[in-house]
Amino acid sequence: MTKVDKVSLWIEKFGEKITENKEHLNSLDTAIGDGDHGSNLTRGATAVKEQAEGADYENLSDLFKDVGMTLVSKVGGASGPLYGSAFIEMAKKARETEDIGEILSAGLEGIQKRGKADTGEKTMVDEWAPVIEHVQNDSLTEEVITEILQKTKDMKATKGRASYLGDRSIGHIDPGAQSSAYLFEALLEAGVLDE
Amino acid sequence: MSKKYGILLISHVEEITAGLVKLLEQVASDVTIKTAGGGEDGEVGTSFDKINTALNEFEEEAVLAFYDLGSAKMNLEMAMEGSDKEVLLFETAFVEGAYVAASLLQTEVDLETIQEQLEPLTIKE
Repeated sequence: MTKVDKVSLWIEKFGEKITENKEHLNSLDTAIGDGDHGSNLTRGATAVKEQAEGADYENLSDLFKDVGMTLVSKVGGASGPLYGSAFIEMAKKARETEDIGEILSAGLEGIQKRGKADTGEKTMVDEWAPVIEHVQNDSLTEEVITEILQKTKDMKATKGRASYLGDRSIGHIDPGAQSSAYLFEALLEAGVLDE
Repeated sequence: MSKKYGILLISHVEEITAGLVKLLEQVASDVTIKTAGGGEDGEVGTSFDKINTALNEFEEEAVLAFYDLGSAKMNLEMAMEGSDKEVLLFETAFVEGAYVAASLLQTEVDLETIQEQLEPLTIKE
């Protein structure tokens, strides 16, 4: 499999996981947000899938760019611009390198630039940042992804809609971190990190 | 186009922007006010496409933008990056900020004064 094929499979698997777990994501978001994270991302995943069916990508950059633009346009809410910015920045980085660690780092920078969030604020950044370290150290496993996700439970939200809840945001897994965990599980399953 | 500046209102709910336009028109009948309310299919949310379209429809040289909650801002910022319009994004209380700006634009107060008047209404970071 070429790198482009693996990454296409990654995106496809991510969309499947989001769609299968739509209600779970919605319920996590109902607890500390506005309850539509699963529905919004599923709408995006459906559009990405439709787009991929007619496409034949020659390089990673074009693939990431299309995913990013579609997510921005179709997902709406906060996750549209956040995931969209991630993939658009990944597309830019993929013009220079095929190293997934570096590409994901660029994606994280895109998220942080858009959402102005740092680690420890109970957002998707708390999944992305530690996962990327593991990608760079070649130590990412499914267990690691879940462990990182569980840590968002005890955090108090200071960014995003959940921050309006203050202390009452503690005790719930962050929905953006959960959807990001699906992204990274899909990354492993698609074999993108295998040499 | 009767003024140099227009107003863009972005809310998660279509009826909120519609209601706010109704309020602003009372004091600013000559100011162009455009809206992007709700998500793509009218559901609660914000839509990049709606915001982008509204922004690029302005004939005015600059746009004063007001929004309700965080994700509206993120979608607007993405639209701003891809547009050649000059956009001033205000972090004020949504209704009060837009109302002050609309009434001052109607009476052709200069932009600097408008910004000063809006400063104490800032409630977002």
